[in-house]
Amino acid sequence: MAAGTHYLPGLTPTNEAPVQKSDDAAGYYVLGEKLVDPKTPTGPIADRWTTRKFENRLVNPANRRKLDVIIVGTGLAGGAAAATLGEAGYNVKSFCYQDSPRRAHSIAAQGGINASKNYKSDGDSDYRLFYDTVKGGDYRSRESNVYRLAEVSTNIIDQCVAQGVPFAREYGGLLDNRSFGGVQVSRTFYARGQTGQQLLLGAYQAMERQVAAGTVEQFTRHEMLDVIIVDDRARGIVARNMVTGEIETHLADAVVLATGGYGNVFYLSTNAMGSNVMAAWRAHRKGAYMANPCYTQIHPTCIPVTGAHQSKLTLMSESLRNDGRIWVPKNAEDCTKDPRNIPEADRDYFLERIYPAFGNLVPRDIASRAAKYMCDEGRGVGPEVEETQPDGSVKKFRRGVYLDLGAAIERLGKDKIEEKYDNLLDMYERITGENPYEVPMRIYPAVHYVMGGLWVDYELQTSVTGLFCTGEANFSDHGANRLGASALMQGLADGYFVLPNTITDYLADGPFDKIDESHPAVVEALDGVTSRVEKLMSINGERSVESIHKELGQIMWEYCGMDRREEGLKTAIGLIRELKKEFWTNVKVLGSAESLNQDLEKANRVADFIELGELMCIDALNRRESCGGHFRGESQTDEGEAMRHDDEFAYVAAWEFGGEDGAPILHKEDLIYTAIEMKQRSYK
Amino acid sequence: MKLTLKIWRQANASDKGAIKTYELDGVSQDMSFLEMLDLLNEQLLHNDEEPVAFDSDCREGICGTCSLMINGEAHGPEVTTTCQLHMRSFKDGDTITIEPWRASSFPIVRDLIVDRSAFDRIIQNGGYISANTGSAPEANSVPAPRDKAMRAFNTATCIGCGACVAACPNGSASLFLGAKITHLGELPQGQPERYSRVQTMLAQHDAEGFGGCTNIGECASACPKEIPLDVISQLNKDLRNSMILG
Repeated sequence: MAAGTHYLPGLTPTNEAPVQKSDDAAGYYVLGEKLVDPKTPTGPIADRWTTRKFENRLVNPANRRKLDVIIVGTGLAGGAAAATLGEAGYNVKSFCYQDSPRRAHSIAAQGGINASKNYKSDGDSDYRLFYDTVKGGDYRSRESNVYRLAEVSTNIIDQCVAQGVPFAREYGGLLDNRSFGGVQVSRTFYARGQTGQQLLLGAYQAMERQVAAGTVEQFTRHEMLDVIIVDDRARGIVARNMVTGEIETHLADAVVLATGGYGNVFYLSTNAMGSNVMAAWRAHRKGAYMANPCYTQIHPTCIPVTGAHQSKLTLMSESLRNDGRIWVPKNAEDCTKDPRNIPEADRDYFLERIYPAFGNLVPRDIASRAAKYMCDEGRGVGPEVEETQPDGSVKKFRRGVYLDLGAAIERLGKDKIEEKYDNLLDMYERITGENPYEVPMRIYPAVHYVMGGLWVDYELQTSVTGLFCTGEANFSDHGANRLGASALMQGLADGYFVLPNTITDYLADGPFDKIDESHPAVVEALDGVTSRVEKLMSINGERSVESIHKELGQIMWEYCGMDRREEGLKTAIGLIRELKKEFWTNVKVLGSAESLNQDLEKANRVADFIELGELMCIDALNRRESCGGHFRGESQTDEGEAMRHDDEFAYVAAWEFGGEDGAPILHKEDLIYTAIEMKQRSYK
Repeated sequence: MKLTLKIWRQANASDKGAIKTYELDGVSQDMSFLEMLDLLNEQLLHNDEEPVAFDSDCREGICGTCSLMINGEAHGPEVTTTCQLHMRSFKDGDTITIEPWRASSFPIVRDLIVDRSAFDRIIQNGGYISANTGSAPEANSVPAPRDKAMRAFNTATCIGCGACVAACPNGSASLFLGAKITHLGELPQGQPERYSRVQTMLAQHDAEGFGGCTNIGECASACPKEIPLDVISQLNKDLRNSMILG
């Protein structure tokens, strides 16, 4: 492409627009119009956000109290946005399904939050954080969004410290840092292994302060079941009061979804039990595009599965990779031995061997796949588990590799390790019954985070006017893979600094025409939700919601997990379509819809997970390349490394809902870079 | 393992409620306590009996959603959250009594679920540092002494589960309150509001009907995050100082 195209006037693109040659998903989708983010900023990358903030229209303080904003979700993105918009003087209505906003799943993040403070003088800068993030995401994110993220990262730390977030400190009282997977600088701020908790409590407390001030009204134990669209604008939501069962409508001038990720589509994941896709999926069905749904991050350091009873998986912060060395026995016959009796010479420190430059700190996708291959080779450790192969046969594997703190304990002393990772190691011992100070820990990859989500423009607005989406629920910043410690950064960047600036430009057109509960669009949304709940209550079949969810998870993990292939994905789509029929004819939900009913809640969510699962498989099938968390078996180098095809796939796949029985419509947004050159990732 | 479970069943806030007994087989030592309840619920569903409602979310010991009195102890026999309690802490043939949190300030919603929104209202009344977004000074411009920062951190780890209240014979939330007072009061950023904070938070604590503290210490022994009992001394000290200095 020539310089000076409509993308970024005055700047030279470094890559050509992609032209897709393969068409693996032919017949499963319809090709739609190309998508161009109409709000992509122009000019030098470092000035784009500053310029946009200046160009955005403002709302004067006296007019803000005439404007109502609904925010669904109270994690880092939603809680921070509610606090900030409340402070600014808007009327905020905040919704969460938990009993308190403080319990949003951001609270479980362990490791840390990145910021380009360069406190260690090791060469960090906004540009380097931007560079690492775009490269780490395998060049599948938007450069303007990512640069903005890096730029505001330093403000986040300032803000959190001012709120009293107790980050780790040096003896002189200044802030400490550590490093995380995929980078070579120390830019991660942390609060022991509970960084997410501390950041979330900061946002929660700031939000509760606004509740007391009367600018934020909080609705707990409420779940959003639909979005209300009037004259092509999002004007409210339909929510279920989970205690009384009442279906309520709430109206506003704008709606923000900050509802997190959908990793629970795999049943087993590190997500909280209640994390779901319903709000985003209902918005998708109302016209919001779902982008890159197949990008799933598999986290390399989780506690391995112990049996069929397991309800969820527990992550061990990858900060442990700073001090833990990862290995498996060189000889398969050693796999059942006590690891302490395996001499150094018989251990294979495979990450250090294959990727000497980054060693144990290679990015998550690479570390995860390497662990899988070691176990596939028969060198895994821990209990043996049976697995069904794609051809139907059953094979036994040990699904675990060692993460060994032995050398670090010897070098730094047990006290230092205890101080750094105390609660993590306690948690490990509690779950496994093994003492990690004495026996190497066992870890294995697990579904953790999704990079896909609702498509948003630079202003975080979805393809539905007035409907915004922030944090993990949108697709924009992490590309095909997320670097460690950048999820917290994105959540807070969106919540504290980005959305509160961009939404004002939209609200400057408001207040919009008053609507009330009797408006046909409101009644229609309400009726739709009510009849769906009635339908779920009336099927009265044989299968528990849980068993159907488990079955969906098995299909997704087997065919749309760490290694995806054309045939498997086509099989999965067929199986999911059958499972959908099974669900709607044979699910069993007891009790009443007019009371607290946890099975009904789950049924509503699983119904959407099934539809999302199908779209994830179609997206994965279409993308015949390997990038980040999406590894297509057909696209790898001779050495087994992921192979991207920028010439075909350097685009965002934004899917439009194609109707109840129609095929989804694919809109491609080309990714054109000006501030960075696309390179093949290598961590060797 | 085979177990006998005696579980509190209550349809809603106004229902009277009663203990019901269930037999459960096939429990594995590796299951968490909540996975054992999942198994029971699957069994109940197949027998056309409504599953037992209980709260849980992260199941990693950090969100503070799960509760449960297990054999009369908050979160059961180990110092941890219910989600991190594993069935290896029990024996084959055991009878286990499971009830919701006991405290009038935490009204029962259904079965084993209680309403802990009183905690949110305590936080609303001063449990924060007033720092508007976008105007914060450079993070390293105010150093925080390491020992104070460590103590702030140790008390900031409170997960708001309410075990302290459930364990206290007086139904006091002093440990929860003391933890937040200490967290914010130990940091330089928390000083300007230090004395107004203790007064407003305590007033709300009392208004919610939580009891007074008589230094019994059950709260600290039940706390899954091992918040030390001396945060209550800190609370009292700050309260005294607030009357003299505030």
